[in-house]
Amino acid sequence: MSTPVVLYEQEYEQLKHALTRLCTDANAKFVFLVDKNGQQIAAHGEMLDLDTTSLASLTAGNVAATDGLAHLIGERGFPVLSHEGERDNIHISIVAARVILVVIFDERSSLGLVRLRVKRATNEMNTIFTSIDSKAEQDTGMSLDSPFAEITEDDIDALFR
Amino acid sequence: MTFINYASREINCKIVYYGPGLGGKTTNLQYIYDSTAAQAKGKLISLATETDRTLFFDFLPLDLGTVRGFKTRFHLYTVPGQVFYDASRKLILKGVDGIVFVADSQRERMDANIEALFNLDLNLKQHGYDLMKVPYVLQLNKRDLPNVTSADDLKAELNRKGEPVFEGVANRGIGVFDTLKAVAKQVLLELRKNGGGG
Repeated sequence: MSTPVVLYEQEYEQLKHALTRLCTDANAKFVFLVDKNGQQIAAHGEMLDLDTTSLASLTAGNVAATDGLAHLIGERGFPVLSHEGERDNIHISIVAARVILVVIFDERSSLGLVRLRVKRATNEMNTIFTSIDSKAEQDTGMSLDSPFAEITEDDIDALFR
Repeated sequence: MTFINYASREINCKIVYYGPGLGGKTTNLQYIYDSTAAQAKGKLISLATETDRTLFFDFLPLDLGTVRGFKTRFHLYTVPGQVFYDASRKLILKGVDGIVFVADSQRERMDANIEALFNLDLNLKQHGYDLMKVPYVLQLNKRDLPNVTSADDLKAELNRKGEPVFEGVANRGIGVFDTLKAVAKQVLLELRKNGGGG
């Protein structure tokens, strides 16, 4: 099995900060980051009642399906996807080759502005993910303070009681 | 691939229900959804055809509670079982942490079970996974029907590595949570083995 993806406090805060700035600069309603397997990483915005878990899984499915389409026609992928609705629009792009950045915006913004701001935010986030990767590389073996080193069958049984 | 967020103290794991078409994968998820408390589950999303056959996937996020101070969240997915949706099945297996194979016990579905299991093995390999190493549980579903192959014969044909096997009647919930628990346990024990950073 592959090693787990680990996100630490410091990088999480940096990502949150980058998302907050992107949301403001792009005049967006909501921005979020999700990994290609559908796990939500961080989010920011005004749509507080949004079901972000479902959004994350459907976004990942959407990107996976379009990547599949791209490969069928000999493309490496479609790095930017854009969906236009009557009121709200979604802009989807890839960060650090494996993370999906989603921006939801309405008539207060425009596709051009979102694209521009996403480009800058992408550079910033690429750097943060490089730092996450290098931490993961240094932290291969089992760390002493990992919460899972001591996990017992009783702990797991307790989840189902 | 397990996702561990130290900032929000969450572990997210991905479980995929695999198996032949009409075998009861979606029914497993539906039963889990129906019998779980509202605060422990998210929406059940079904990307299905007009005739309720799974088109892309079903998805159910489930909060199991806390392990060692970490909120444990399982994302349950099903794949479309019909043979011609293979490209979609392959996509959904990406990043999988644990697999439940839902076999259809009816005699006439034995070939479909074998084909789906072969397909699972193949698709996992293409993602660089080895079925022999992935947390894995076998469920023999539809045990209440009259025309079923004996559990022993099914095990002899489908059991790959001495994985836990559960007899089930998914539409009545029999075996559903036992199956989920067995695969979740393997996934979490795998975390202990591989380490979760820190």
